Amino acid sequence: MLGFVIQRLIQAAAVMAVMSVIVFVGVYAVGNPVDIVIPPDATQDVREEAIRRLGLDLPLWRQYFLFVGGVLQGDFGRSFIYNEPVLSLIAGRAPATIELVLISVLCATVIGVSLGVYAGYRPHAPLARAIMALSVLGFSVPTFWVGLILILTFAVSLGWLPAGGRGETVLILGVRWSFPTLDGLAHIALPALNLALFKMAMMIRLARSGVREIMLTDTIRFARAAGISEATILRRHVLKLIAAPIITVFGLELGSTLAFAVVTETIFSWPGMGKLIIDSITLLDRPVMVAYLILTALLFVTINLLVDLAYAAIDPRVRSGEAR
Amino acid sequence: MSPPVLDVVDLTTEFALRGGGAARAVDGVSFSLARGEIVGLVGESGSGKSVTGFSLMGLIDPPGRVAGGSVRLNGAELAGMDAEGLRARRGREIAMIFQDPVATLNPLLTVGAQMRMALAAHARTPRRAADDRCAAALARVGIPAARDRLAAYPHEFSGGMRQRVAIAIALLHAPSVVIADEPTTALDVSVQAQILVEMRALAAETGLSLIWISHDLAVVSGFASRILVMYAGRVVEQGPAEAVLRAPRHPYTRGLIDSLPAAAKPGEPLRQIPGGAPSLGALPPGCAFAPRCPRAAGACRAAPPVETREGARAWRCLFPLEAGA
Ligand SMILES: Nc1ncnc2c1ncn2[C@@H]1O[C@H](COP(=O)(O)OP(=O)(O)OP(=O)(O)O)[C@@H](O)[C@H]1O
Ligand SMILES: [Mg+2]
Repeated sequence: MLGFVIQRLIQAAAVMAVMSVIVFVGVYAVGNPVDIVIPPDATQDVREEAIRRLGLDLPLWRQYFLFVGGVLQGDFGRSFIYNEPVLSLIAGRAPATIELVLISVLCATVIGVSLGVYAGYRPHAPLARAIMALSVLGFSVPTFWVGLILILTFAVSLGWLPAGGRGETVLILGVRWSFPTLDGLAHIALPALNLALFKMAMMIRLARSGVREIMLTDTIRFARAAGISEATILRRHVLKLIAAPIITVFGLELGSTLAFAVVTETIFSWPGMGKLIIDSITLLDRPVMVAYLILTALLFVTINLLVDLAYAAIDPRVRSGEAR
Repeated sequence: MSPPVLDVVDLTTEFALRGGGAARAVDGVSFSLARGEIVGLVGESGSGKSVTGFSLMGLIDPPGRVAGGSVRLNGAELAGMDAEGLRARRGREIAMIFQDPVATLNPLLTVGAQMRMALAAHARTPRRAADDRCAAALARVGIPAARDRLAAYPHEFSGGMRQRVAIAIALLHAPSVVIADEPTTALDVSVQAQILVEMRALAAETGLSLIWISHDLAVVSGFASRILVMYAGRVVEQGPAEAVLRAPRHPYTRGLIDSLPAAAKPGEPLRQIPGGAPSLGALPPGCAFAPRCPRAAGACRAAPPVETREGARAWRCLFPLEAGA
């Protein structure tokens, strides 16, 4: 198992190195930020001074290594626009996104898997049909539209929930969080629901097809033939056997939603990272873009690693296969 | 003679067809099983052997259903029994093992976990005592270092050993009847022979009764004391193994015997029964074997033949082969 972890860590480091080059070169190609950072009426002296200060006069490979050297010491550079360290800029926004995304992905998984398991176990029950209809809806309706409908229904017409913002926050570990307060939870509810619907639909489908397939296998027949109760079969056999694809999708969804919750954050004016990255792209704030993309890559690499470890924890064949 | 452990009368199982109507996968099957007896259930693929086994276990899922008949297990009628009653008997009084040991065991759970689960289905046992019982069950089916093997996963066993684990699970509660659905088909010949010998010894020793399902008459012939031959959902012939093999009364049984490799002279091609098994959805109105039967006459195509009994033997044929032919 330890060898397995080390091997995966080396792989992850390699992926990160390649990603950093791609991101750095890619962002470099997007455009020259100098024209945005420096007022158009600046003198040639001021201009050249600024270019030197930002390190833009160096050849690309030197800029890259300077950047990597900084990153390895935890320094992603300063934002051109906000003139603040990029990392603290992102760290200021990240908690909002993290709590929103975690709540929505967790709810989507727990509820989606429960409904999907039921629908797969009793595929012909009326409730199962209703669940499947719901999942089709979740798939086919665009997220921004659902967001608007949610606001119109629950915020505007019924007035039950707020339409935007984070609400009351508390300071934990030096970071502001909304979820521990009732008001904060009320603010999270609608955007989280908005983000969760599509994922829940996906989890329902995934769990249902997994359960249907597994219920027909000899493993289940044999368990039934041994007199094991249906509840135990579902709990001990079925849930374990459907876990692998669900963990994969959970990881991918968690990563992609953390990185790209932009639409929902915009609709619900949720001050997360989505808005930050959109601004940095329109303003060509190169350090923010690079840091954001690299952190996103790191996020995916980490999630992938955790998913693989979870696989190995669940499936003994993966463990022994990787050890060989 | 003591009463039979299992007494099956007119068991009928149907699968609802998409276009309405139903296919009878098991049609009027009757037989009984004495204590310690081994019955071989043979027939071509699709003849209804597995469905018969699942019907006896009460494990037919919709769109299938046991449409009629009676199954008495240790004197209790299983037909019409509620789900919990059936569950309480499965594994404790009647158990089943399957063809592919790779598919029957859950690859994600240790052998010990799966055995303890089967144990807990009928007996609350403290952990240590449970492990003792499971290890003893493994040792009884010939698994070395049984106690240590409880922590192993199925993929750490060979195919033959995995099947032994499945057998150990089936025998955990010392059931009176075990239905073995081609459990050695996926194994190589020497392992198959070993398991057959061991199972026969077990049956003789403990009074366990076995229904051994196989499409291969050769496997069953030296092993079972009685043989049931199935064709298109019906038992077309049954009787003591030796008598049925020596002097079959049903032309289909004759065909099966003639197509055994041992029946062919060296160098000659194997003889096969002409034609193929009929589809359940489109059975002829009369004897289902008539279209392939060398002895069939007009009467065979009118109505399915009823069972003729003679001593320990029975067959469904209007023009049976001569006794002793
Ligand atoms: N779930 C089901 N739905 C519909 N028909 C079924 C179902 N299960 C079995 N059957 C039908 O019942 C018939 C008997 O099947 P069964 O599995 O008992 O055959 P078998 O004798 O065990 O064959 P094999 O040697 O291939 O295992 C087949 O024609 C099959 O198509
Ligand atoms: Mg079968």
